[in-house]
Amino acid sequence: MQLTLSGPPHFPPINTVGGIMRQVLFALIPALVAHCWFFGWGILFQLALAVGFALAFEAVMLRLRGKPLQPFISDYSAVVTAVLFALCVPPLAPWWISLTGMLFAIVIAKHLYGGLGSNLFNPTMVGLAAVIIAFPIDLSQWLAPRSLSPGLPGLAETLRAILTGQLPASLNWDTLSQATPLDALRTGVAENRMVTEIRANPIFGDFGGRGWEWIANFYLLGGLYLIWRRVISWHVPVAVLATTIIVSTPMWLLGPDVNPSPLQHIFSGALVIAAFFIATDPVSGCSTLRGKLVFGAGVALLTLAIRRFGGYPDGVAFAVLLMNMLAPLIDRLTTPRAYGHPR
Amino acid sequence: MTHNHPTIWRNGLWDNNPGVVQLLGLCPLLAVTNSAINGIGLGLATLLVLVLSNLAVSATRRWLQPEIRIPIFVLIIASLVTVVDLLMQAWLAELSQTLGIFIPLIVTNCTILARAEAFASRQPMARSLSDGLAQGLGFALVLIALGAGRELLGQGTLMADAHLLLGDWAQSLELRLMPADWGLLLAVLPPGAFIGLGLLVALHQRIQRSQQPMNENPADGSSQAIDAT
Repeated sequence: MQLTLSGPPHFPPINTVGGIMRQVLFALIPALVAHCWFFGWGILFQLALAVGFALAFEAVMLRLRGKPLQPFISDYSAVVTAVLFALCVPPLAPWWISLTGMLFAIVIAKHLYGGLGSNLFNPTMVGLAAVIIAFPIDLSQWLAPRSLSPGLPGLAETLRAILTGQLPASLNWDTLSQATPLDALRTGVAENRMVTEIRANPIFGDFGGRGWEWIANFYLLGGLYLIWRRVISWHVPVAVLATTIIVSTPMWLLGPDVNPSPLQHIFSGALVIAAFFIATDPVSGCSTLRGKLVFGAGVALLTLAIRRFGGYPDGVAFAVLLMNMLAPLIDRLTTPRAYGHPR
Repeated sequence: MTHNHPTIWRNGLWDNNPGVVQLLGLCPLLAVTNSAINGIGLGLATLLVLVLSNLAVSATRRWLQPEIRIPIFVLIIASLVTVVDLLMQAWLAELSQTLGIFIPLIVTNCTILARAEAFASRQPMARSLSDGLAQGLGFALVLIALGAGRELLGQGTLMADAHLLLGDWAQSLELRLMPADWGLLLAVLPPGAFIGLGLLVALHQRIQRSQQPMNENPADGSSQAIDAT
């Protein structure tokens, strides 16, 4: 019997890019399963398409830049970008949504800026913002969650809808699709209806949207796992969630008829996935601890502002991109003083 | 420092192109290039102003006091722009409305002032004419390339609304290469202009670099380029 002897630490930290990216993928599995349960097979195809396109673009760009393929492809960073993107687009979005999104994410946001580690903007959010601006209609057609839908489209119907961009004759959007809770709230408030009245619609669940709130819970679970594994620090998610609550609570207390409750803000849209998986991106976010708090607070404030005043129902992608621009400046202003040196 | 005519043309059209190398006049370049015909319209107006201002500055260069040369350049350019603006309002009213404020704004296009200062005020009229034509054409070509690319991606057409510039016969010039609803909305929106120009600059640099190995000493080539400007 051979015993290996080594010095401590005996449980080395996961400090390779591939290791960290794998942890992120593990953390997303519960939310993926929940998504699949509530909204059908679409997410699996979106996942396959996005990962396929991402790896293809990654390979092409690595070749063009004269970098070795193997180490960069196998670090899973493109896969994480693709998976996060797939989770943010509607399950029946046609294939060119993934193609455009990944083109912008991998080619423009990542490799044209110098590859992983040099990207100024979060690639997933660049891809998402590009498709939100380029295909506003496709990006607003969400399915109704399982319990409300007369029957989610089957495997073959889903595949057909994604590949052709059109629904099979047996289905139509009016029965399948449903405004997302944020959309419903936005149009409702614009029509001078009260939030309580709007929330009587069955698409709303206990806090956020039906189905959506469960998926958000699983993002939360995955996020806590990442914090436990020390893949991310607690600063950004806490700053995002706390700022959301602190800013939206007084607004809700003062005007409950026009402002949704803080919990509804948190449990609808992409706020939770952004708090744990997107704003925590170590490359495009802040590196100092105080900077991370500022960064998270900024993401939450901008998201709330865009949801309230902006032209799009959810503003997470734009909020993250705007804060990405500020990240170097925040880092500069929050660099801790080195011992023995003046500021 | 040689300023023969082939060098002037090569500089304006490629080596020292105002659009993709000097990155001058970006405001109109980005703002109006959502279709090929807008690009052509603004490109021609800028070309005209540039040629006339180069000629005027070169013709008057002996009498210019160095201390007040910049205000004089600006006066010359502004009067020429006013002429071009009024001409376009008279003869190409619709196109002039589409381009809007960007026609009067040619006066602030740094390319024109830069050519007056760096070239026309030091060179004889024939060379200044050549330089104005070359730089103006170089700028117009970038406008047209960006406009055509964005129009094609965004609306699937080329040369739509050509009758605004060329008269009614030109309506048949419109080429539809893909159905309108396939268009990538992003391309005609402002971000499309920035991304498109970035890609054009990248393409220019790529071609420039692929030609470099033909020079025996690339450092030598770049120092020549600096000399020439």
